[in-house]
Amino acid sequence: MNDNKKSAWWVAVLGWACAILLFFPIFWVAITAFKTEQQAYTPTLFFMPTLETFSEVFQRSHYLGYVQNSIIVSVGSTLVCLLLAVPAAYSMAFFPTRRTQKVLLWMLSTKMMPAVGVLIPIYLLAKNSGMLDTVTGLTLIYTLINLPIAVWMAFTYFNDVPREILEAARIDGANAWQEMIYLLLPTSLPGLASTALLLIILSWNEAFWSLNLSSVNAAPLTVFIASYSNPEGLFWAKLSAASLLAIAPIMALGWLAQKQLVRGLTFGAVK
Amino acid sequence: MSSTQSPHPSTMRSQSSSLSPAAQGTATPRQRFPLIRLLQAPSVLILLAWMIVPLAMTIYFSVNRYNLLSPDQTGFVGLENYQFLIEDPAFWPSIGNTALLIGSVLAISVIGGTLLAVLFDQPFRGRTIARLLVIGPFFVMPTVAALIWKNMIMHPVYGMLAFVMRHLGLEPIDWLADYPMLSVIIIVAWQWIPFAFLILLTALQSLDTDQKEAAQLDGAGPVRIFFYIVLPHLKRAITVVIMIETIFLLSVFAEIFTTTAGGPGTATTNLTYLVYALGLQQFDIGLASAGGIVAVVLANVVSFFLVRMLARNLKGVNEK
Repeated sequence: MNDNKKSAWWVAVLGWACAILLFFPIFWVAITAFKTEQQAYTPTLFFMPTLETFSEVFQRSHYLGYVQNSIIVSVGSTLVCLLLAVPAAYSMAFFPTRRTQKVLLWMLSTKMMPAVGVLIPIYLLAKNSGMLDTVTGLTLIYTLINLPIAVWMAFTYFNDVPREILEAARIDGANAWQEMIYLLLPTSLPGLASTALLLIILSWNEAFWSLNLSSVNAAPLTVFIASYSNPEGLFWAKLSAASLLAIAPIMALGWLAQKQLVRGLTFGAVK
Repeated sequence: MSSTQSPHPSTMRSQSSSLSPAAQGTATPRQRFPLIRLLQAPSVLILLAWMIVPLAMTIYFSVNRYNLLSPDQTGFVGLENYQFLIEDPAFWPSIGNTALLIGSVLAISVIGGTLLAVLFDQPFRGRTIARLLVIGPFFVMPTVAALIWKNMIMHPVYGMLAFVMRHLGLEPIDWLADYPMLSVIIIVAWQWIPFAFLILLTALQSLDTDQKEAAQLDGAGPVRIFFYIVLPHLKRAITVVIMIETIFLLSVFAEIFTTTAGGPGTATTNLTYLVYALGLQQFDIGLASAGGIVAVVLANVVSFFLVRMLARNLKGVNEK
């Protein structure tokens, strides 16, 4: 089959049908967010869109506080992660030893430890050190769970830097710092940016540690939304408005970075 | 890792570096930058502490009597916690539920993801947009996903499914009450189909079209092409998807926490939820820790294979 040729019509129909079916719950949330509470229970597409529910969400539930927690925790942990991971990946990629491969695989293996295996001690440690329900505590945990991914991803991007460029620079007498600032940083910046993006997405959506370690003060959006699971939470329009605001920015980021995500999520095994 | 396979045989290669092609341009990295390897130290030490300290504590708690509700009764009890755990009426159901959840979601997402990937490998109008819609659910946070499905889709009176079923003249189903495990499986699978799809589509797009065209010229139909060319090509990517999903699915928590809270009874209690319930609801630290260790052992079996495969992979990259 010629690749330039369009496929049969049923391929397009089937493809779109699958896409619409899978996306429907998100679409439905986006629609319901613009309804009033009374309209929310009737499955109609024809109604007067209103922003009333959004303003109610903002007024009633300290919504912005949760947004702020989510931002601080995910951006904060991402920055700390990169600060630790980039130098480590740099030295692993460009100055490897026989042990480097083992160290990398070992780092990855820490990621495979199920969270629940350490839930009890982490909870007790957090409680005894006053870190329970603090933004600092959550940021710390997110940094720890994402650090292996950050090192691994940064490493694969550094590894992709064509070494001819580095050789040319060395021949021209560049030292390590010049090499780093003028060559490595610009060539691997897109890779590091997508590493940061993946880390932000992962920590924004993390819902095991946030549910267990935060309740009021440090609760990010994942925990706030979970509070709608009680019967009082049957306010669909509010649930939808709050959910839409919580997922929209991260979905936009995810869509932008879809290609790079594959690499990060499979630890470079599928590119 | 012989240097003769290098596309740049003229380059001086350091014998010690078997990993990084980028590093091999450096003539003698060791002498030039001995201290630069210290840059790894913070990450390594932090991860070492993160791995050892809590795990050691879990093991320690698991062989001690330790209940926050009766703090005066402490002491070494050997394997008693493990024995209590196995005798706990929720334990075997939780193992069964964990296996059922992982197995079903894996089957649904791998089969669904493969079919979708093959479909989206064909060019059609609006494919780029449709692809964004398909991967959308992966970016929805677990608590939002769970509540959308619980309230707006599966609700027995006002839910979308109930609405559709009434219109078809059928009796609406109270999903989470009557089929709790199936409901949880549907919710979790909805989040993981896009993951499998995205990875498998990426892998599929690296397939040589020449091979497919040659097979077509030889008279192979689409079904034969799928089983003899596409599927073998996807084998490695499918393995990666299965292993990574297994690791994450072992820790499914938020979806259960926000929809069924492990019930009715123990119908949707998986191992992760059981440990949470034992430790943070019943405050039996010893018993919960024993459960945690069981989860660690299970995960280790999986990760052993994953790490071994990734190691082979690293070598493969280097040999190209």
